[in-house]
Amino acid sequence: MLENLFKFIVYPGFIFSGTIGLLAGWFDRKVTARLQWRVGPHWYQNFIDIAKLFLKETLMPKNASKMIFFAMPLFTMAASTLASTIIMVINQASGSTFIGDLIVVVYLMMIPALALMLGGFASGNPLASLGGSREMKLMLSYELPFLLALVVPIAKCGYSIQLGGIITYQASHRPVFFSLSGALSFIVMLLCVQAKLGFVPFDMPEAETEIVSGAYIEYSGRALAMLKISKAILTFALPALMITLYFGGIKFTLEGILKSISEYILILLLMIVIKNTNPRVRIDQAMRFFWRMPTVLAVLAVVLACLGS
Amino acid sequence: MGLREKILTKSLYVFHLSSGSCNNCDIEIIDCLTPRYDIERFGIVLVGSIKHADILLCTGSANRLTIPRIKALYEQMPKPGFVVAFGACGSSRGLFKDSYNTGKPLDEIIPVDIYIPGCPPRPEAIIAGLLKLIGKLNPKGKK
Repeated sequence: MLENLFKFIVYPGFIFSGTIGLLAGWFDRKVTARLQWRVGPHWYQNFIDIAKLFLKETLMPKNASKMIFFAMPLFTMAASTLASTIIMVINQASGSTFIGDLIVVVYLMMIPALALMLGGFASGNPLASLGGSREMKLMLSYELPFLLALVVPIAKCGYSIQLGGIITYQASHRPVFFSLSGALSFIVMLLCVQAKLGFVPFDMPEAETEIVSGAYIEYSGRALAMLKISKAILTFALPALMITLYFGGIKFTLEGILKSISEYILILLLMIVIKNTNPRVRIDQAMRFFWRMPTVLAVLAVVLACLGS
Repeated sequence: MGLREKILTKSLYVFHLSSGSCNNCDIEIIDCLTPRYDIERFGIVLVGSIKHADILLCTGSANRLTIPRIKALYEQMPKPGFVVAFGACGSSRGLFKDSYNTGKPLDEIIPVDIYIPGCPPRPEAIIAGLLKLIGKLNPKGKK
């Protein structure tokens, strides 16, 4: 019990993945700044932002339904922390896997978007509910190719829906990424993760310049800090899931850790470059995009994977 | 000063309110985010929602229509929060001192922490003003 609590709260759960996620957030800001020929913030900037939010007042909107409004940041944080804990614990000891843990992780990663949606609706602000409805439409569009892309590693690794099974299979065979179907589904997954994290071509739910940060608009102080932390944890957990599925997981030796860090940075860098070279699309364009190219690519990848290439 | 002031001054989120300005000040604020001045290196970010902000940056002479809105926004800002009167109009009503619809200067409506004069203030003046605000909050801190 105590050991599990330690895993959830300190390592590899809340504190560990939160720290890595906030550092990744700084990396994002710094690379963005360098791409725009600016200097960019210090490495500890995101930690200070979170600490500052804990010092500020937390306001309650007049028309909000109080319980849902304040429960949703907690839900978001708990779900994302649990997802990243499961991924990291299974990477450490692939024996601790259980049947269908991949499905559990995928569902847990859906909760932050759902909770943000509900929180936005509960806040009673028209812009927040607009953001919530956009979040819903975006979710409908990216979940289909995301799940189809997820089928490829499962099919390649002997139809195992256990993360542990996928890791051990890739240890004895080639990693999934180094095959045609694996590479195709990696591209689709990258685009879906981009939308899941709300990075720029798909950031309509929180569009700063249109609907002033969407569902986040009424959150302040501690509630906003929780939402930011859970977003940071997701910035860590989703690429970690991709590393697990496509590059054979994280090995806890010196080389393995260096390899995983470079893979993580590579995935982040790809996402940041996509983010900085594309304008925001409209919600209908995003839906059309996700239901055409990535879905077709993912179906193709699934067929190829079932045929064995 | 303590850790609290240090944290508060290292991460200032700015909400920009145009209370009837001629748009010159607003353009100069955007100038501060450009590569030449880049105030994000001090941790200063422009945010869209007042609920996320630490600084209410008020441009323009407050007129009869915007005074209730300025008050509402000040009340919605999570405390501790600060107010910056920006430009000649924001600081003192400037050219519109005797106009029929600008009844009060900004500092009689809400408490103002710092004034940045100029029509419009240069980006250097904006950065100097924000650093003065930081110095006021955290006298020992170096920037």
